[in-house]
Amino acid sequence: MSAHHPHGHGDHANLDHDLHSHGDTHGHGSLKGYMIGFVLSVILTAIPFWAVMTGALGDTQTTALVIMGLAFVQIVVHMIYFLHMNTKSEGGWTMMALVFTAVLVLITLSGSIWVMYHMNTNMMPDMAAQMGGGM
Amino acid sequence: MDNIIKTIFGRLSIESLPIHEPIVVGTFLGVAVGGIAVLALITKFKLWGYLWKEWFTTVDHKRIGIMYMILGIVMLLRGFADALMMRGQQAIAFGDNQGFLNSHHYDQVFTAHGVIMIFFVAMPIITGLMNYVVPLQIGARDVSFPYLNNLSFWMTAGGVVLVMASLFIGEFARTGWLAFPPLSELDFSPDVGVDYYIWALQVAGVGTTLSGINLIATIIKMRAPGMTMMKLPVFCWTSLCANVLIVASFPVLTATLVLLSLDRYVGTNFFTNNLGGNPMMYVNLIWIWGHPEVYILILPLFGVFSEVTSTFSGKRLFGYTSMVYATIVITILSYLVWLHHFFTMGSGASVNSFFGITTMVISIPTGAKIFNWLFTMYKGRIRFELPMMWTIAFMLTFTIGGMTGVLLAVPPADFVLHNSLFLIAHFHNVIIGGVLFGAFAAINYWWPKAFGFKLNQFWGKVSFWLWVVGFWVAFTPLYVMGLMGVTRRLHHFDDPSLQIWFVIAAFGALMIAGGIGAFLVQIGVSIWKKEELRDVTGDPWNGRTLEWATSSPPPDYNFAFTPVIHELDAWYDMKDKKAQAPTEGYRAIHMPKNTGTGVIIAGLSTAFGFGMIWYMWWLAAIALIGVVVVAIWHTFNYDRDFYIPVEEVVATESERRRLLGQGA
Repeated sequence: MSAHHPHGHGDHANLDHDLHSHGDTHGHGSLKGYMIGFVLSVILTAIPFWAVMTGALGDTQTTALVIMGLAFVQIVVHMIYFLHMNTKSEGGWTMMALVFTAVLVLITLSGSIWVMYHMNTNMMPDMAAQMGGGM
Repeated sequence: MDNIIKTIFGRLSIESLPIHEPIVVGTFLGVAVGGIAVLALITKFKLWGYLWKEWFTTVDHKRIGIMYMILGIVMLLRGFADALMMRGQQAIAFGDNQGFLNSHHYDQVFTAHGVIMIFFVAMPIITGLMNYVVPLQIGARDVSFPYLNNLSFWMTAGGVVLVMASLFIGEFARTGWLAFPPLSELDFSPDVGVDYYIWALQVAGVGTTLSGINLIATIIKMRAPGMTMMKLPVFCWTSLCANVLIVASFPVLTATLVLLSLDRYVGTNFFTNNLGGNPMMYVNLIWIWGHPEVYILILPLFGVFSEVTSTFSGKRLFGYTSMVYATIVITILSYLVWLHHFFTMGSGASVNSFFGITTMVISIPTGAKIFNWLFTMYKGRIRFELPMMWTIAFMLTFTIGGMTGVLLAVPPADFVLHNSLFLIAHFHNVIIGGVLFGAFAAINYWWPKAFGFKLNQFWGKVSFWLWVVGFWVAFTPLYVMGLMGVTRRLHHFDDPSLQIWFVIAAFGALMIAGGIGAFLVQIGVSIWKKEELRDVTGDPWNGRTLEWATSSPPPDYNFAFTPVIHELDAWYDMKDKKAQAPTEGYRAIHMPKNTGTGVIIAGLSTAFGFGMIWYMWWLAAIALIGVVVVAIWHTFNYDRDFYIPVEEVVATESERRRLLGQGA
């Protein structure tokens, strides 16, 4: 055992020093970063409004899909510019947690949809028709 | 007048008290007399101040860990009393004999047994172990958020209070431990049982989630310098993965129960039979939490078995890297198998075969672990101390449980065995054989660390043999009957030829009762004779990881100097290189201060739950506002830390050296 300067718990600055001198643990953004994020968010919000208000895309399903796609991009913009996600913060743990969460959410959502839409498979054809064919 | 009473007491009335149930009244009298006796003794010996200052308000991870363990063991007695009642009922309820429990009561008993054993026995025990051991193994002084840790414990205790209250005030759910709708909907369970279930789990669930966040932060941020992830003790690795699972899966449980609460309280139709509701969605959602939950329970114990096998074989763990990767693979795969709990619900062949195959795949990393433990033992100098005995019993028992699990993973076989006693035997086989045997291995292994003396061997062996043999006597008949098609949760049987099997199973349950008794005697005898069992070295087993580097019990600050890590088995490496602890250069140590806020918030949350259960809206509203106010008020408390003066550190450490000199 060799001597090392003692640190108290809860004393994170101190700890970060010990363990994570290699990683950027602060990650406070700059004004420029916030401005880029803000402008992108506004644009990404304005496009769906425009699409719905003017009906420029024609049918509703295309509009809905476009809105979903833009919403996803919006999430990414928020994470990068407002939550300061990058591959380096906290020594990569933040990114790892994000990827893990994304994988689990994907499994949960797609799995549940698959499972629930499959529930009527073993029913007699006319019964499925009586149930309206839905879930 | 009626209105006023209704406003104050909600649906609580004299009729809610189970005075017509002689068993419950008897239990209540026993609990009341025992409880009053305990309270009187505490008052007589003026222990309230001590308990409040040193234990209830503590932020020390070691004390919180011990409180979790006590909570788990006390609840084990309650859960096991339910088990004995079920075994007794099923052993005699044949033909004209209706047994001693009516079906209304029996349904509550099996529900309470499941809920208590999973949420209030297994969860507190693994959380307690992780709390106690993880900071010591990584060379830290406490967890990342000590106050949050105290709050987590008391939230868990609040859930316990609600479950226990349901025994005497009102009743518990009669739905089975996962409260599947539509049975758990208001139409079919209009009483308070399901509400007790919901709020007990919600209150305790906050504690579990917070403690998961806390331990993840601790393991990632507070490792001693030099301890890279691949030098992390295996127990910390499995704890990390278990806590990742907690943080990822408990919100699903919370959300599912919120949806069920909305159905019950405000008349939504998420899981009802009509108006677009779909009860099958509840089953789907709750098992998305439920399957990771079983890995939350077993993973930390896999870590315990790894530490124990390595220590008592006198070798480093075989295949450390593969152990770590197996743990990570299990963590991810545990999210891909949930449908195997409801193969029979009606999905088609492609869904069922996908989840059947993923379930079989998950046995591969688990099997790799078993081989790693076997190879660790191979050519080792094995010491058959109690922790090692439990570990070997685990390997034999759990392997069989795993194999019956793979049988159930085959969807066509599951169509025959679903909801049968075969399933009951299977999951008791893995939970008792894995989680409980692991808990006993861990208690015997780390007890000397926590209290400074070993546990009595004789009574430990009595407990061990009664538990292991009792387990097989109790559950082999269930396997047999399950294969014959007997279903679970039955209150009465018509076929007299089955009775002999239930009698054998009841006999096995009695042996397990003896095992629990012997375990309590073991603790009592060990405390009685602690001077004979004293260990002053702090390292009674010739351990390999850092917790054995400090004294037993460890000082409040765990380590006077933060250790620097060079090797995987850090403490073994230090002993090997004959490293000397520095004898001077101590400094005052920065520590967090105790706080009563956790007790207050958890108490208010419990009151909120109680108000919601009984429709006492005023109580729920006041308690909820109280929680928010106290939480905000606590943020203005800047007096949160103190320094242990350097003189005290010097005195503690020189006393330790004096004892070490004597011992050697």
